[in-house]
Amino acid sequence: MTRVFADLHLRVNPKDELATQQLISHASRFGYSLVSIPFTSSLRGEELAKLKTTSTQLGIDFVSRADFHPRTENDLTHFLRKFRRRFEVICITCDTKEVSRQAAKDRRVDLLSFPSLDYHKRFFDSAEAELASRSLAALEVDIKPLLVLDGPPRVRLLMSLRREVAVAMEFKVPIVISSGVGEERFMRLPRDMASLAYMFGLDEASSLDAVSANPITIVNRNREKLGNRFIAPGISVIKEGKN
Amino acid sequence: MKRIKRRYLALQLEYETLPSERELIDAVWASNTKLYGEVGASTTGLSLINFDMEQKIAVIRISLSSLNMVKASVSTITSISGKVAAVHVLAVSGTLKALFSDLK
Repeated sequence: MTRVFADLHLRVNPKDELATQQLISHASRFGYSLVSIPFTSSLRGEELAKLKTTSTQLGIDFVSRADFHPRTENDLTHFLRKFRRRFEVICITCDTKEVSRQAAKDRRVDLLSFPSLDYHKRFFDSAEAELASRSLAALEVDIKPLLVLDGPPRVRLLMSLRREVAVAMEFKVPIVISSGVGEERFMRLPRDMASLAYMFGLDEASSLDAVSANPITIVNRNREKLGNRFIAPGISVIKEGKN
Repeated sequence: MKRIKRRYLALQLEYETLPSERELIDAVWASNTKLYGEVGASTTGLSLINFDMEQKIAVIRISLSSLNMVKASVSTITSISGKVAAVHVLAVSGTLKALFSDLK
Protein backbone atom coordinates (compact mmCIF):
# COMPACT_ATOMS: atom_id res chain seq x y z
CA MET A 1 0.00 0.00 0.00
CA THR A 2 1.34 3.43 -0.91
CA ARG A 3 2.01 5.63 2.06
CA VAL A 4 0.46 9.07 2.33
CA PHE A 5 2.82 11.61 3.87
CA ALA A 6 2.09 14.63 6.03
CA ASP A 7 4.08 17.59 7.25
CA LEU A 8 2.10 19.25 10.01
CA HIS A 9 4.54 22.06 10.71
CA LEU A 10 5.51 24.47 7.95
CA ARG A 11 6.68 27.62 9.70
CA VAL A 12 5.66 30.40 7.41
CA ASN A 13 3.61 33.49 8.05
CA PRO A 14 0.18 32.67 6.56
CA LYS A 15 -0.29 36.38 5.82
CA ASP A 16 2.65 36.24 3.38
CA GLU A 17 0.65 34.68 0.57
CA LEU A 18 3.48 34.27 -1.93
CA ALA A 19 5.86 32.55 0.48
CA THR A 20 3.07 30.33 1.76
CA GLN A 21 2.00 29.34 -1.74
CA GLN A 22 5.62 28.59 -2.74
CA LEU A 23 6.21 26.43 0.30
CA ILE A 24 2.96 24.50 -0.15
CA SER A 25 3.72 23.94 -3.82
CA HIS A 26 7.21 22.72 -2.87
CA ALA A 27 5.66 20.32 -0.36
CA SER A 28 3.29 19.05 -3.03
CA ARG A 29 6.21 18.48 -5.42
CA PHE A 30 8.01 16.55 -2.69
CA GLY A 31 5.10 14.14 -2.35
CA TYR A 32 3.34 15.40 0.77
CA SER A 33 -0.42 14.96 0.70
CA LEU A 34 -1.20 16.87 3.87
CA VAL A 35 0.38 20.04 5.19
CA SER A 36 -0.31 22.44 7.99
CA ILE A 37 0.77 25.94 8.93
CA PRO A 38 0.41 27.01 12.56
CA PHE A 39 -1.88 29.95 13.18
CA THR A 40 -1.98 32.22 16.14
CA SER A 41 -5.27 32.90 17.87
CA SER A 42 -5.92 35.91 15.61
CA LEU A 43 -7.03 33.74 12.72
CA ARG A 44 -9.64 34.94 10.30
CA GLY A 45 -11.98 32.45 8.69
CA GLU A 46 -11.47 33.87 5.20
CA GLU A 47 -7.66 33.56 5.46
CA LEU A 48 -8.02 29.90 6.31
CA ALA A 49 -10.54 29.30 3.54
CA LYS A 50 -8.22 30.97 1.06
CA LEU A 51 -5.30 28.78 2.13
CA LYS A 52 -7.44 25.67 1.85
CA THR A 53 -8.48 26.63 -1.68
CA THR A 54 -4.87 27.39 -2.70
CA SER A 55 -3.72 24.06 -1.30
CA THR A 56 -6.49 22.13 -3.04
CA GLN A 57 -5.50 23.76 -6.32
CA LEU A 58 -1.94 22.57 -5.71
CA GLY A 59 -3.23 19.05 -5.04
CA ILE A 60 -2.59 19.03 -1.32
CA ASP A 61 -4.83 18.82 1.72
CA PHE A 62 -4.50 21.73 4.16
CA VAL A 63 -4.97 21.18 7.88
CA SER A 64 -5.73 24.07 10.21
CA ARG A 65 -3.45 24.07 13.20
CA ALA A 66 -2.98 26.34 16.21
CA ASP A 67 0.19 26.55 18.28
CA PHE A 68 0.18 27.96 21.77
CA HIS A 69 2.83 28.64 24.44
CA PRO A 70 0.81 28.83 27.67
CA ARG A 71 2.50 30.27 30.71
CA THR A 72 0.17 28.69 33.23
CA GLU A 73 -2.27 25.78 33.38
CA ASN A 74 -5.18 28.25 33.41
CA ASP A 75 -3.83 29.82 30.24
CA LEU A 76 -3.84 26.42 28.62
CA THR A 77 -7.41 25.49 29.60
CA HIS A 78 -8.65 28.92 28.57
CA PHE A 79 -6.99 28.57 25.16
CA LEU A 80 -8.32 25.05 24.63
CA ARG A 81 -11.87 26.04 25.60
CA LYS A 82 -11.74 28.91 23.15
CA PHE A 83 -9.98 27.36 20.16
CA ARG A 84 -10.34 23.59 20.23
CA ARG A 85 -13.41 23.53 17.99
CA ARG A 86 -11.92 25.99 15.51
CA PHE A 87 -8.77 24.08 14.59
CA GLU A 88 -8.11 20.58 13.36
CA VAL A 89 -4.82 20.22 15.20
CA ILE A 90 -3.75 21.82 18.47
CA CYS A 91 -0.08 21.89 19.42
CA ILE A 92 1.14 23.01 22.83
CA THR A 93 4.72 24.13 23.28
CA CYS A 94 5.57 23.34 26.87
CA ASP A 95 7.82 25.79 28.66
CA THR A 96 7.12 24.72 32.22
CA LYS A 97 6.64 21.36 33.85
CA GLU A 98 3.14 22.23 35.14
CA VAL A 99 1.97 23.18 31.68
CA SER A 100 3.52 20.11 30.08
CA ARG A 101 1.83 17.79 32.60
CA GLN A 102 -1.54 19.50 32.13
CA ALA A 103 -1.16 19.41 28.32
CA ALA A 104 -0.29 15.71 28.42
CA LYS A 105 -3.37 15.03 30.56
CA ASP A 106 -5.81 17.00 28.45
CA ARG A 107 -7.56 15.01 25.70
CA ARG A 108 -8.03 18.19 23.65
CA VAL A 109 -4.27 18.49 23.02
CA ASP A 110 -2.98 16.70 19.91
CA LEU A 111 0.71 17.51 19.85
CA LEU A 112 3.23 18.18 22.58
CA SER A 113 6.25 20.17 21.54
CA PHE A 114 9.32 21.19 23.53
CA PRO A 115 11.91 23.92 22.91
CA SER A 116 14.76 22.54 20.80
CA LEU A 117 17.56 24.64 22.18
CA ASP A 118 16.83 24.73 25.88
CA TYR A 119 17.22 21.10 26.87
CA HIS A 120 16.41 21.92 30.51
CA LYS A 121 12.90 22.64 29.32
CA ARG A 122 12.37 19.29 27.65
CA PHE A 123 10.01 17.70 30.15
CA PHE A 124 9.11 14.57 28.23
CA ASP A 125 9.91 11.93 30.84
CA SER A 126 8.13 8.71 31.78
CA ALA A 127 5.50 10.50 33.91
CA GLU A 128 4.68 12.79 31.00
CA ALA A 129 4.61 9.87 28.57
CA GLU A 130 2.22 7.91 30.79
CA LEU A 131 -0.20 10.84 30.90
CA ALA A 132 0.15 11.40 27.14
CA SER A 133 -0.48 7.75 26.34
CA ARG A 134 -3.83 7.92 28.17
CA SER A 135 -4.93 11.12 26.49
CA LEU A 136 -3.79 10.27 22.91
CA ALA A 137 -1.42 13.25 22.69
CA ALA A 138 1.58 12.76 20.42
CA LEU A 139 5.15 13.97 20.73
CA GLU A 140 6.15 16.30 17.92
CA VAL A 141 9.76 16.38 16.74
CA ASP A 142 10.89 19.14 14.39
CA ILE A 143 13.65 18.24 11.96
CA LYS A 144 14.88 21.76 11.18
CA PRO A 145 17.06 22.16 14.31
CA LEU A 146 18.93 19.01 13.29
CA LEU A 147 19.77 20.65 9.97
CA VAL A 148 20.75 24.08 11.21
CA LEU A 149 22.47 23.25 14.49
CA ASP A 150 26.05 22.17 14.61
CA GLY A 151 28.45 20.80 17.18
CA PRO A 152 27.54 20.59 20.89
CA PRO A 153 24.00 22.03 20.58
CA ARG A 154 23.10 19.36 18.02
CA VAL A 155 24.71 16.66 20.16
CA ARG A 156 22.67 17.80 23.17
CA LEU A 157 19.48 17.90 21.11
CA LEU A 158 20.12 14.40 19.73
CA MET A 159 20.78 13.15 23.23
CA SER A 160 17.46 14.56 24.49
CA LEU A 161 15.57 13.29 21.45
CA ARG A 162 17.01 9.79 21.80
CA ARG A 163 15.89 9.65 25.43
CA GLU A 164 12.43 11.06 24.67
CA VAL A 165 11.85 8.75 21.73
CA ALA A 166 12.80 5.71 23.83
CA VAL A 167 10.35 6.81 26.55
CA ALA A 168 7.62 7.49 23.98
CA MET A 169 8.09 4.05 22.43
CA GLU A 170 7.96 2.41 25.84
CA PHE A 171 4.64 4.06 26.69
CA LYS A 172 3.30 3.76 23.12
CA VAL A 173 3.01 7.53 22.68
CA PRO A 174 2.77 8.31 18.96
CA ILE A 175 5.64 10.34 17.52
CA VAL A 176 5.04 12.89 14.80
CA ILE A 177 7.99 14.10 12.75
CA SER A 178 7.48 17.50 11.17
CA SER A 179 9.85 19.68 9.23
CA GLY A 180 9.42 22.97 11.13
CA VAL A 181 10.88 24.79 8.13
CA GLY A 182 10.05 28.15 6.67
CA GLU A 183 12.43 28.01 3.73
CA GLU A 184 12.37 25.68 0.76
CA ARG A 185 16.07 24.83 1.05
CA PHE A 186 15.50 23.08 4.37
CA MET A 187 12.55 21.07 3.17
CA ARG A 188 13.26 17.37 2.74
CA LEU A 189 11.51 14.48 1.02
CA PRO A 190 9.22 12.55 3.41
CA ARG A 191 11.45 9.48 3.34
CA ASP A 192 14.50 11.68 4.02
CA MET A 193 12.73 13.08 7.08
CA ALA A 194 12.17 9.51 8.21
CA SER A 195 15.85 8.75 7.60
CA LEU A 196 16.85 11.63 9.84
CA ALA A 197 14.95 9.94 12.66
CA TYR A 198 17.58 7.20 12.57
CA MET A 199 19.88 9.70 14.31
CA PHE A 200 17.73 9.63 17.43
CA GLY A 201 17.02 5.95 17.47
CA LEU A 202 13.74 5.43 15.62
CA ASP A 203 13.60 2.29 13.51
CA GLU A 204 12.59 2.46 9.85
CA ALA A 205 8.93 1.41 10.23
CA SER A 206 8.30 3.71 13.21
CA SER A 207 9.97 6.66 11.52
CA LEU A 208 7.87 6.20 8.38
CA ASP A 209 4.76 6.01 10.59
CA ALA A 210 5.88 9.25 12.22
CA VAL A 211 5.64 11.10 8.89
CA SER A 212 2.58 9.29 7.58
CA ALA A 213 0.27 7.14 9.72
CA ASN A 214 0.57 9.03 13.03
CA PRO A 215 -0.16 12.59 11.78
CA ILE A 216 -2.88 11.32 9.46
CA THR A 217 -4.58 9.44 12.30
CA ILE A 218 -4.63 12.64 14.38
CA VAL A 219 -6.10 14.69 11.55
CA ASN A 220 -8.75 12.10 10.66
CA ARG A 221 -9.78 11.68 14.30
CA ASN A 222 -10.17 15.42 14.78
CA ARG A 223 -11.99 15.94 11.49
CA GLU A 224 -14.47 13.30 12.57
CA LYS A 225 -14.91 15.02 15.93
CA LEU A 226 -15.35 18.43 14.35
CA GLY A 227 -17.91 17.09 11.88
CA ASN A 228 -21.66 17.52 12.34
CA ARG A 229 -22.30 13.83 12.76
CA PHE A 230 -20.04 13.28 15.76
CA ILE A 231 -21.72 12.82 19.14
CA ALA A 232 -19.14 11.09 21.33
CA PRO A 233 -16.16 8.81 20.69
CA GLY A 234 -17.62 5.76 18.92
CA ILE A 235 -21.06 7.33 18.49
CA SER A 236 -22.05 9.28 15.40
CA VAL A 237 -25.21 10.05 13.49
CA ILE A 238 -25.61 7.64 10.58
CA LYS A 239 -29.07 8.56 9.37
CA GLU A 240 -31.52 11.28 10.29
CA GLY A 241 -35.25 10.60 10.41
CA LYS A 242 -37.99 12.93 9.14
CA ASN A 243 -39.96 15.02 11.61
CA MET B 1 36.52 -13.64 3.62
CA LYS B 2 32.89 -12.63 3.82
CA ARG B 3 31.69 -10.66 0.81
CA ILE B 4 30.72 -7.07 1.62
CA LYS B 5 27.13 -6.32 0.60
CA ARG B 6 26.71 -2.95 -1.04
CA ARG B 7 23.94 -0.55 -1.87
CA TYR B 8 23.73 2.12 -4.56
CA LEU B 9 22.00 5.40 -3.77
CA ALA B 10 20.69 7.86 -6.34
CA LEU B 11 20.89 11.39 -4.95
CA GLN B 12 18.95 14.33 -6.31
CA LEU B 13 20.76 17.63 -5.86
CA GLU B 14 19.30 21.08 -5.43
CA TYR B 15 21.91 23.82 -5.47
CA GLU B 16 22.62 27.47 -6.17
CA THR B 17 25.73 26.84 -8.28
CA LEU B 18 26.82 23.57 -9.82
CA PRO B 19 29.33 21.74 -7.60
CA SER B 20 32.12 19.62 -9.04
CA GLU B 21 32.29 15.87 -8.40
CA ARG B 22 35.01 16.42 -5.82
CA GLU B 23 33.00 19.11 -3.99
CA LEU B 24 29.93 16.86 -3.90
CA ILE B 25 31.67 13.79 -2.51
CA ASP B 26 33.61 15.95 -0.05
CA ALA B 27 30.31 17.36 1.24
CA VAL B 28 28.91 13.84 1.70
CA TRP B 29 32.08 12.75 3.51
CA ALA B 30 32.05 15.89 5.65
CA SER B 31 28.44 15.37 6.78
CA ASN B 32 29.20 11.72 7.53
CA THR B 33 32.27 12.62 9.55
CA LYS B 34 30.46 15.38 11.39
CA LEU B 35 27.67 13.03 12.46
CA TYR B 36 29.51 9.78 13.15
CA GLY B 37 33.16 10.78 13.56
CA GLU B 38 36.10 9.56 11.51
CA VAL B 39 35.84 5.94 12.62
CA GLY B 40 32.09 5.80 11.91
CA ALA B 41 32.48 7.47 8.51
CA SER B 42 35.24 5.04 7.54
CA THR B 43 32.83 2.10 7.89
CA THR B 44 30.52 3.45 5.18
CA GLY B 45 32.79 2.49 2.26
CA LEU B 46 31.49 5.53 0.40
CA SER B 47 32.43 6.21 -3.20
CA LEU B 48 30.99 8.28 -6.02
CA ILE B 49 29.96 6.21 -9.04
CA ASN B 50 28.40 8.73 -11.34
CA PHE B 51 27.38 12.39 -11.38
CA ASP B 52 24.95 13.47 -14.06
CA MET B 53 25.24 17.26 -13.98
CA GLU B 54 22.38 17.80 -16.45
CA GLN B 55 19.83 15.86 -14.43
CA LYS B 56 21.48 16.80 -11.12
CA ILE B 57 21.58 13.17 -10.07
CA ALA B 58 24.57 11.55 -8.39
CA VAL B 59 25.02 7.85 -7.71
CA ILE B 60 27.07 6.73 -4.72
CA ARG B 61 28.03 3.29 -3.45
CA ILE B 62 28.03 2.41 0.25
CA SER B 63 28.12 -0.70 2.40
CA LEU B 64 24.70 -2.14 3.29
CA SER B 65 25.43 -1.98 7.01
CA SER B 66 25.84 1.79 6.83
CA LEU B 67 22.73 2.47 4.71
CA ASN B 68 20.71 4.18 7.45
CA MET B 69 23.73 6.19 8.59
CA VAL B 70 24.42 7.52 5.10
CA LYS B 71 20.76 8.26 4.35
CA ALA B 72 20.57 10.34 7.54
CA SER B 73 23.84 12.15 6.99
CA VAL B 74 23.08 12.94 3.33
CA SER B 75 19.79 14.52 4.41
CA THR B 76 21.63 16.87 6.78
CA ILE B 77 23.62 18.50 3.96
CA THR B 78 22.58 22.14 3.68
CA SER B 79 25.53 23.51 1.73
CA ILE B 80 28.20 22.34 -0.70
CA SER B 81 31.42 24.38 -0.78
CA GLY B 82 29.72 27.19 1.09
CA LYS B 83 26.81 27.44 -1.37
CA VAL B 84 23.26 26.59 -0.35
CA ALA B 85 22.34 23.06 -1.40
CA ALA B 86 20.08 20.16 -0.50
CA VAL B 87 20.50 16.49 -1.28
CA HIS B 88 17.56 14.07 -1.46
CA VAL B 89 17.72 10.29 -1.67
CA LEU B 90 15.76 9.32 -4.79
CA ALA B 91 16.29 5.57 -4.85
CA VAL B 92 18.24 2.79 -3.19
CA SER B 93 19.16 -0.45 -4.89
CA GLY B 94 21.48 -3.42 -4.69
CA THR B 95 22.61 -3.19 -8.32
CA LEU B 96 23.32 -0.31 -10.64
CA LYS B 97 21.08 -1.84 -13.30
CA ALA B 98 18.06 -1.88 -10.97
CA LEU B 99 18.87 1.60 -9.70
CA PHE B 100 18.91 3.12 -13.17
CA SER B 101 15.71 1.30 -14.13
CA ASP B 102 14.08 2.71 -10.95
CA LEU B 103 15.11 6.19 -12.01
CA LYS B 104 13.54 5.90 -15.48
